[in-house]
Amino acid sequence: MLGLNRKDTTLLIVVFLLTMLAPFLLNPFPADSAMAQFNAGYPDLMQRFVIFGIFAVGFNILFGLTGYLSFGHAAFLGVGSYAAVWMFKLFTFNVVPAIAAAVVVAGLFSVLIGYVSLRRSGIYFSILTLAFAQMSFALAYSVLSNPKFNLTNGETGLQVYADDPQIFAVAGSPNLPHLFGLSMRSTYTMDVGAWSFDFNAGYYLCAVIMLVVFYLSVRLFRSPFGMMLRAIKSNQQRLNYTGLNSRPYTLAAFVISGMYAGLAGGLLAAMDPLAGAERMQWTASGEVVLMTILGGAGTLIGPVLGAGFIKYFENIFSKINDNVLHSWFAFLPDGMEDFMVTIIHPFVGKGWHLTLGLLFMLVVIFLPGGLVEGGQRIARLFKRNTTQTPGNDPEHHPKPSPHVAE
Amino acid sequence: MGILEVKNVNKRFGGLQALGNVNLSVQENTVHAIIGPNGAGKSTLLNCLVGKLIPDTGSVMFDGQSVLGRKPHEINQMGISRVFQTPEIFGDLTVMENVLIPCFARRDGAFRMHAFESVQHEKSLNEQAEEILVDMNMIEKRDMHAASLSRGDKRRLEMAMCLVQQPRLLLLDEPTAGMARADTNNTIELLKEIKEKRDITMAIIEHDMHVVFSLAERITVLAQGTPLVEDTPENIKGHPKVQEAYLGQAH
Repeated sequence: MLGLNRKDTTLLIVVFLLTMLAPFLLNPFPADSAMAQFNAGYPDLMQRFVIFGIFAVGFNILFGLTGYLSFGHAAFLGVGSYAAVWMFKLFTFNVVPAIAAAVVVAGLFSVLIGYVSLRRSGIYFSILTLAFAQMSFALAYSVLSNPKFNLTNGETGLQVYADDPQIFAVAGSPNLPHLFGLSMRSTYTMDVGAWSFDFNAGYYLCAVIMLVVFYLSVRLFRSPFGMMLRAIKSNQQRLNYTGLNSRPYTLAAFVISGMYAGLAGGLLAAMDPLAGAERMQWTASGEVVLMTILGGAGTLIGPVLGAGFIKYFENIFSKINDNVLHSWFAFLPDGMEDFMVTIIHPFVGKGWHLTLGLLFMLVVIFLPGGLVEGGQRIARLFKRNTTQTPGNDPEHHPKPSPHVAE
Repeated sequence: MGILEVKNVNKRFGGLQALGNVNLSVQENTVHAIIGPNGAGKSTLLNCLVGKLIPDTGSVMFDGQSVLGRKPHEINQMGISRVFQTPEIFGDLTVMENVLIPCFARRDGAFRMHAFESVQHEKSLNEQAEEILVDMNMIEKRDMHAASLSRGDKRRLEMAMCLVQQPRLLLLDEPTAGMARADTNNTIELLKEIKEKRDITMAIIEHDMHVVFSLAERITVLAQGTPLVEDTPENIKGHPKVQEAYLGQAH
């Protein structure tokens, strides 16, 4: 279907169902129960799941497929956000031109950075992209925000004010980002018994866009172009001596992933019309690297899983405070209760990064292929006796492929 | 006029004269070997032919066109394919994909943005790739990861990748370096087989005499960056200068 083989079609259908039914799947606990804080089915978080899924899928085209580890992809995310907010300020709150502008501007920006950075590979490429991203951050944070020429509004972040021109604004349309009148914030809440499910317009817009770009990335993975990108990761020298110029291939991969990042940035702005410089900081670039590796670099679904995983931790674990912990361990004797809370305290709330770090270490050490490899191993446990691949000759185990092209 | 004409090529690395006035002419449809002891400048010469190094002076003409200053992929597109000392293949890709890539390179040139088609739908290229795999006795390994092949099969695969491009000149850089005698003999058989099946021009850089004398039709002996003699294998064997410079010491 859609030019895909059966396996990929199945994957696409599964992703389609997961995203469409996310409001149910992410709210498994009744709204008033003690477990309700593990519910992730509220609009803001669901939007983040799919938006960062898009970001990671795009990053994976460059990192997982081509083997170029960029440490500056958040720059494109930020540029996309700024472009989108400027479209809101100048023209209209309709999200279509804003998202289109975000993709185009991020694409142009990535041509520039990619052209320079791709002259080097390996660690030097990573450093170059990091340098560019930090320069972009500095530009956005201070340089391009002075009274004479205020492009980014510095620390405060770029936002839409009442006196902005908005020359194409249609009278009567919402004073917030909207899709031809449908506000991105409009949410329909469905109550079923003790459960409550939120259906948010913004989420569904992001989800549909994610499905489209996910489909495009599947096609790209299976295309001759994708094969060339994998060949670059595997052995760039051989590719050059086979008559192929690796430079335009890597640049194309870089620009495509930059456009994905720009799209994600544009969607972030479309959900909440605000663009801040912190979106471009190196921690944001590092986060997408974590997402991709955690989920499984070079796999189709891995980056989406990784993005969901990290965003879930960021938003759910960080909300668990000492009061919540005390209520969990209330059944224990007082001394024990305090002891348990003291032990767990550093790993939740503000310390969620610690838990994430530990999980990341466990995944990288025991599951180098990420969560996807974990899933595959579990699947293999169930049908162990049927799979005896001929490639299991211990003499000729291929070494695991490196994450970064040499 | 040979298909490859090397004229007065000089290359210095600092104080070392790696190549001094090298002249070489490779005729079409012959197997031309370039031999010489370690440090004779064989690899430097080869790197000048494929665009990795640019000689200080002199010219390298392939089929009437200069290759100097061109990038490796451009030189490959002119019709020169190269086999490396240790097989260079795409280890993470399957055997079939390894062979498909040169097919694409030959049809589409150095770059084409075909990001939305499917590899499977390229019928004629898939047929070409299958054909060469059948030819090289590798078709049953088509779905294996190239990295999991044995060393001999990796060599076969690399040859297949070069041959499927139907190169006008195939360069081989010490194809038997570091191999056991049995592997060396296998490689010799493979090369003989290739030569019998198709009209192909080969230039082999080699220091193993056994390989050279079983394959080559013309031999150039290189010593300290300069060609000593160029002749048929029979004449080379008995040549006093060669005996002195190379064979006398080596064997």
